Amino acid sequence: MPDLRARLSGISKVFESGNGRVHALGPLDLDLAAGEFVTIVGPSGCGKTTLLETLAGLTAPTDGTVSFEGGPVGDEVPAGVGVVFQEDASFPWLNVWDNIAFGLRRAGVAAAEIRARVTYAIAFMGLQAFARAYPAQLSGGMRQRVCIARTLVLQPRLILLDEPFGALDQQTRLLMGDELLRLWRETHATVLLITHAIDEAVMLADRVGVMSARPGRFIELIETGWPASRSSAIVAEEAFGKLTAHVWSRLRGESLRALGRAEAEPAGSVS
Amino acid sequence: MSKVARAQLAVILGGVALLELLTRAGVIGRLTMIPPSEMAAHLGIMLEAGELNAPMTQTFANVAIAFALAVSIGCLAGVAIHRLPRLRRLADPLLASYYAVPFFVFYPLLIAMLGLNRWPLIAIGFAFAVAAMMIATLNGLDRVPRVLRKVARVHRLGRAEEMFLVTLPAAAPHLLAGLKLALAYSFIGVIAGEFILSGSGLGHAIAYAYDSFDNQTMYALMLFVVVLAIALNSALHVWEQRLMARRRRA
Repeated sequence: MPDLRARLSGISKVFESGNGRVHALGPLDLDLAAGEFVTIVGPSGCGKTTLLETLAGLTAPTDGTVSFEGGPVGDEVPAGVGVVFQEDASFPWLNVWDNIAFGLRRAGVAAAEIRARVTYAIAFMGLQAFARAYPAQLSGGMRQRVCIARTLVLQPRLILLDEPFGALDQQTRLLMGDELLRLWRETHATVLLITHAIDEAVMLADRVGVMSARPGRFIELIETGWPASRSSAIVAEEAFGKLTAHVWSRLRGESLRALGRAEAEPAGSVS
Repeated sequence: MSKVARAQLAVILGGVALLELLTRAGVIGRLTMIPPSEMAAHLGIMLEAGELNAPMTQTFANVAIAFALAVSIGCLAGVAIHRLPRLRRLADPLLASYYAVPFFVFYPLLIAMLGLNRWPLIAIGFAFAVAAMMIATLNGLDRVPRVLRKVARVHRLGRAEEMFLVTLPAAAPHLLAGLKLALAYSFIGVIAGEFILSGSGLGHAIAYAYDSFDNQTMYALMLFVVVLAIALNSALHVWEQRLMARRRRA
């Protein structure tokens, strides 16, 4: 793979708990190229978030290795990696501006540079009217945009997003997807996005990773073949419908298995 | 002023007016209580004459030291206990039953250990307040969303940075509640300690006036302490409300 940005090799994760061992993930391999947009879709509890946190250095794998730009990822998030979480991760005691500037100030970036980057990010995310507002005064979608902006201003080379639009309605998700594609094109960052929405996964990605029920493994990595200039308008195309149906055909059986109904309804029958 | 604040003020003023009426009418005898207006007038005279300067300075200094120690040590201990699960398992039942202990029985011991000076009083005020701060700190830290700790790791914050830039601000609502309680308990501990054995301070002055059947002085001092404690707590409450307003949903 040309210009490899990150690699997961033979990753698996086993959680030890009072009820015994839970094999959550793997073994699996994944290579992420520079500037690539990869989405991961899979049934609930298949280890999607564990995969993302392993790649970020937030969770250590039980087996396997993780690397970012050639260096090993240990139990520390490498510089150049940004993460947007599913939950609201804005700081309620800081206003929008200070939330977004948080990482820059911590990194010791010059004040003028902070002003320039935060101003750009606020405009990019359409938050100009709310720069001095506190998260409690914003909607869920706006708070998520603050978190994305907080990641964006650090100019990460690998952006990891864990169901960032999970709490949003379908229309807003499509629009936010457009924003994300715009951000990806402008930054040339590598993006890995976890989602449970098949259409979102197919619309956004260069490659879609379809995961099995727990322990999560890749059952298929699908090249979408979309142009970099794609947008949510792609949902009207026939190829989009076919690809979405294909992903669902691979996922349906796994989703039933995750629900403990694999025997009742055979996998692979697309209705 | 809000409706609730107006209602609260009306209840207080109504109570004071009722006491004024009952004491003036002789329903409550002067040996039992003097009219609130006389309390206030006598307090004014005492303040003007500077009679309260020395006891006030001593009591406030003791309360301030007890409060500062309780807040800093209580907060640090809360953080340490939160970090160490084994210590937490040990501390939780002790903290739960902490206020069942009558601390004043230790006063003679404290005098023996620390001498007949201000420190036994400060120790009593500190002992009263420190657990409130520890419990508030633990409550606050327990409720910091895990995702904020992850954000701290993504920003590669060190332990101290994470504590001061993320964890403590996230726990601030509980810490502020702890501050208010610690202030109130510091007052109670120090003034009650002065009542028992001290030879100076506001608590001693109230006890001395009581022993001398000097109702005017006793009630004036009581009024002073009550008004002051309420004023300080209200100031903290206003500060808390201002800080918390930004965290509430619009």
